[in-house]
Amino acid sequence: MIAASALGKRYSEGLEALKDVSFEIGDGEMVFITGHSGAGKSTLFKLIAAIERPSSGSIVVNGQNLAALSRGAVPYLRRNFGLIFQDQKLLFDRNVLDNVLLPLSIVGQTGKDAIRRARAALDKVGLLARERATPVALSGGEQQRLAIARAVVNRPAVLLADEPTANLDSGSAADILEIFRAFHQVGVTVIISTHDPQWMARLSPRILCLEKGQIKGQMRGTARDRADGGGAR
Amino acid sequence: MNAWLAQHLAALRDALRRLAASPLNSALSLLVIGIALTLPTAGWVVIENLHEATRSASGIQQISVFMAADAGKRDIGEVESRLRGAKIGTWRFVSRDEALKRMQSLEGMTEVVASLPRNPLPDAFVVEPADARPESLEVLAQTFSGWPKVAHVQLDSAWVKRFDALLRIGKRVVALLALLFAGALVAVTFNTIRLQILAQAAEIEVSKLIGATDAFIRRPFQYYGALQGALGGLLAAVLVAAGGYFLAAPVAELAALYGGNFALRGLSPGDTAVLTAAGAALGWLGAQISVSIHLHQIG
Ligand SMILES: Nc1ncnc2c1ncn2[C@@H]1O[C@H](COP(=O)(O)OP(=O)(O)OP(=O)(O)O)[C@@H](O)[C@H]1O
Ligand SMILES: [Mg+2]
Repeated sequence: MIAASALGKRYSEGLEALKDVSFEIGDGEMVFITGHSGAGKSTLFKLIAAIERPSSGSIVVNGQNLAALSRGAVPYLRRNFGLIFQDQKLLFDRNVLDNVLLPLSIVGQTGKDAIRRARAALDKVGLLARERATPVALSGGEQQRLAIARAVVNRPAVLLADEPTANLDSGSAADILEIFRAFHQVGVTVIISTHDPQWMARLSPRILCLEKGQIKGQMRGTARDRADGGGAR
Repeated sequence: MNAWLAQHLAALRDALRRLAASPLNSALSLLVIGIALTLPTAGWVVIENLHEATRSASGIQQISVFMAADAGKRDIGEVESRLRGAKIGTWRFVSRDEALKRMQSLEGMTEVVASLPRNPLPDAFVVEPADARPESLEVLAQTFSGWPKVAHVQLDSAWVKRFDALLRIGKRVVALLALLFAGALVAVTFNTIRLQILAQAAEIEVSKLIGATDAFIRRPFQYYGALQGALGGLLAAVLVAAGGYFLAAPVAELAALYGGNFALRGLSPGDTAVLTAAGAALGWLGAQISVSIHLHQIG
């Protein structure tokens, strides 16, 4: 469970990226965070993962108030999440398999067992055949799927994806969204940020709409609310 | 416990992989560290050997005790019984007649001695103390000269004392060298690790973002530093051994000229272990400092 209340973030430059943001995301939910470029989606993403600290208000993840989290506790908090970054942060000097092995080695998983799990994750995103390739040799959609494989290999309870379909054609984007839906269906909490909610609404019953750092609308609906979801911003 | 062990093994493997990944860089760093450790180690070995050499050389240290010209049989008996009582080593009496005979047997001296109106030489004792330390010799000489009818005591240990003082200076110099080169080792490791951290900034950043602890990120660098230092220590041991091998023959020759059977002593397995451990500790320290400073700049 993730709960934000009166959450605010002001970067050192003085700009208020988020103000007075409150919401709750329950376990197993699938939530889209939408909004124009600069609305504060990535900022919210970073606050949830304790990459940035809130300037005001509070954000609580699994009962832990992140504003009061000690430096030493941050790594363990992050292991609850599968993080997919807007800029992906793949390691281009390592092959596909080694990229997926990284989160496993961080939690002390090495050897055959780790390789088996990494391959299973690559299989889920359809990249098993490319395990020896370097990420440079992958297409944009394949790189995105590699980022997903790395995020899910530790079987996190929460998938947190920042614009996972940016710069992808609609076919590749649909593939990616299918993958997220599959994880949602097995009980993983999925939080996806995007500034392009059009065809996302067909997957998600819930949309959080940000505008200039504030929540301007919360939609709860079914797949039929697609048009409304798009209009919510 | 198992996961803990696995993490350390993984870090060690990672360090080895990095060492092997850039063989030229690794070899050059190792060479620098090896040489830095060789100089003080070689100095130490030289000092130890000189120490050993003077100890065996001072073993043939003698004190000559010359009796006064008017000393009679009773006076000689007195000194003899005192020497016996003192139990300080071996000694032997050289009568003035015996001394003269020896002098006569020397080439060119026969005529000189024949021309003397009477024997000018005194009776003497030649003492070889068991305890040949310069300080002890000094004390003995002092004691002897206080005995009755002893005219003169000759002690040839002044050079031993001077040499001993020089050795003490040498030891200090070696200690200073060791300190300096230890600093160099730490600095070299610091820089090696700094470059590695820069080269792996992306990996470190991602690792931190997805839940790596600081300890996890530091560990491979610490292992790398320790490993490099340990290998440098081993290299130094090999270099010193090679130097010893190179010098063994001429040293044995020199020793033979002095009638001794002195052999160079190299590093014992224990010394080598200490050297390797010291290299590892210094390498670890350099890596630790580097990691502490540079990891904060990333993420
Ligand atoms: N590290 C930072 N320092 C200063 N200002 C920042 C920083 N990160 C973001 N901002 C500002 O905060 C605001 C929100 O940025 P954020 O990245 O959260 O937007 P976004 O919704 O993710 O946009 P996009 O869709 O383009 O990714 C922007 O005005 C941005 O300039
Ligand atoms: Mg963003």
